Amino acid sequence: MNVHEFQAKSLFAQFGVPVPRGKEITSPESATAWANELNTPVFVVKAQIHAGGRGKAGGVKITKDKGAVAGFAKELIGKTLVTHQTGPKGRKVHRLLMEEGANIAKELYLSILVDRDSGRPTFIASTEGGMEIEEVAEKTPEKIIKEAIDPAVGYQSHNGRNVAFALGLQTIEPAVVNQFVNMLGNLYRLFMDKNAALVEINPLIITKEKTLVALDGKVSFDDNGIFRHQDVQQMRDLNEEEPLEIEASENNLNYIKLDGNIGCMVNGAGLAMATMDVIKLAGSEPANFLDVGGGATKETVAAGFRILLKDQNVKGIFINIFGGIVRCERIAHGVIEAAKEVKITVPLVVRLQGTNAEEGRKLLAESGLKLEVADDLWEAAQKIVKLTGKAA
Amino acid sequence: MLGGCAQYETKPGSLLEKEGEEKRRIVSILVHKNTRVVVQGITGKEGSFHATQCKAYGTKVVAGVTPGKAGQEVEGIPVFNTVADAVKKTECDTSLIFVPPPFCADAILEAADAGVKLIICITEGIPVNDMVKVKRALSGRDVRLIGPNCPGVITVDEAKIGIMPGFIHKKGVVGVVSRSGTLTYEAVHQLSSLGLGETTCVGIGGDPVNGTGFVDVLPLFENDPETQAIVMIGEIGGDAEEKAAEFIKSHVKKPVISFIAGITAPPGRRMGHAGAIISGGKGTATEKMKVLEAAGVTVVKNPAEIGNAVKKALGR
Repeated sequence: MNVHEFQAKSLFAQFGVPVPRGKEITSPESATAWANELNTPVFVVKAQIHAGGRGKAGGVKITKDKGAVAGFAKELIGKTLVTHQTGPKGRKVHRLLMEEGANIAKELYLSILVDRDSGRPTFIASTEGGMEIEEVAEKTPEKIIKEAIDPAVGYQSHNGRNVAFALGLQTIEPAVVNQFVNMLGNLYRLFMDKNAALVEINPLIITKEKTLVALDGKVSFDDNGIFRHQDVQQMRDLNEEEPLEIEASENNLNYIKLDGNIGCMVNGAGLAMATMDVIKLAGSEPANFLDVGGGATKETVAAGFRILLKDQNVKGIFINIFGGIVRCERIAHGVIEAAKEVKITVPLVVRLQGTNAEEGRKLLAESGLKLEVADDLWEAAQKIVKLTGKAA
Repeated sequence: MLGGCAQYETKPGSLLEKEGEEKRRIVSILVHKNTRVVVQGITGKEGSFHATQCKAYGTKVVAGVTPGKAGQEVEGIPVFNTVADAVKKTECDTSLIFVPPPFCADAILEAADAGVKLIICITEGIPVNDMVKVKRALSGRDVRLIGPNCPGVITVDEAKIGIMPGFIHKKGVVGVVSRSGTLTYEAVHQLSSLGLGETTCVGIGGDPVNGTGFVDVLPLFENDPETQAIVMIGEIGGDAEEKAAEFIKSHVKKPVISFIAGITAPPGRRMGHAGAIISGGKGTATEKMKVLEAAGVTVVKNPAEIGNAVKKALGR
């Protein structure tokens, strides 16, 4: 789960990581009110969306004029920002962050995430702040510092010192070395206490006043850990999510919308991905990823059908079930019952294998429903592609 | 080898000796007909169902654990309060875990502390940072963890320790190692239908931080006289397949056939499995396929062709 910059910064503040004085703004009036309170030489108004590249897309406004902030707020709220991370459709802005400007002496990059190989929380740091870290990693990998934390003992100051001295902070600005070492300890605590998957500060700045400030902030949470944190659950912003995906999660379906025209419903994530792949091999494009999981019932299947059919791009549906615990005759009953509630207006191919597959296929074949039954995966994929017609 | 069984010798005075088992020949990997299984979470819906299924397959499911329910029985399997009790009373050596996500780290560590040698954790949804701590705690100890978020391990006709449907497996010559569940069954179905059959199938699971990777299972198959070919099923996310490719180049002579799921997966999205995510351009299916091919692996692009590719590789 992702959250907005202003939410990330409020978490930073909670954990003692310095951030600019700032507040969430949702109207021009509150922008003016907050500007009066802030009383700072420079105001920064930032669009809040779950995507980077906002600056280049006109989503960040900087001014010395207190009177200008209301106009900026009016311009940005409701605007659709198209950045290199939003895709061509862009994202509508509903919320802003207004904060005091900072005197930047140097920009750094800092993040923490779990390195999958070692299984250890690892800091990644670089003197090349303000840039895309993947670009830095590709062009100048020697400028990337990594420091793994041993989860058995947690963050130790020497971890922070390793990073600080490797970055050359002693030369760049010796006054911030201790602040830096402390900050990493606080970030580690935030990362572990809140079950974060990624905490990224880009840029982390050294100010002319010789302090460290997180000028931008990004926090992503491990979906598996959110159940432990009610405060994090409250941070979810449905405006940043795809409506069909929200509906799917409400029905306990694992669904991701794509751009193709063949909707799929599969049991198991690996098989669901393989089914998407096989549709492409057969000459079309998958409209979605959908894993109905191990407990597929009539209600699940019906909910799945509804969601797939709400996608205007879907011109055919492919159900691929390999029954292990899931029994194929139960899926067949589910499809038959669901078809009574949801009018299926597109070609449908159902491929059943595994437990009671033959019984399931027979039930479907004799159901009187307009659908094709298959037992072979490749044959089934080719069938649905043929019935649907070529991808748009 | 940690939890991977080559020659199994009966300890003098052990229950197995009392049961009159002979000194075993070398068979397959990790689990076999003498593996003694304790099911943690046995009285829950998942635990009780699967414990029964495993026992029906012929696996020696000798104990179950649910704290507070000692004295109960699930299909004749005695339930204990703690894994330590179960080990003491039944000499179980392998644990199968069906505990809900918030309590899994605890269950895994309890099993390790109790002296279990192989822990197979089925549960999906364990917080990653829990697994970070568990992995660290288990390192350097004489115990192997498989999973979490995996279907388990089956040595055909000997022991089924997991949720896979037993009936699709046929005894044969192919070792299967996979990050997936139902996609594995798809491959197994093809292998069985073509008469090739399987030796052992290992589900390593779909989580980003787990106990056992491809590089841990490949040497076991390479050293197993019954396994003639290896099927490796990967997916997007992480670099387990890249690490496997490196290992295969220098340490695996048997034919390896691989399918990588997720050519059509978009970047940055978690595709069901917590570990199936393309991050910062890394972990794409295309890249994995390239690296595997360069290592001499037969990479299959169509999942429906896995079986045929193995048949060809075996010259059948």
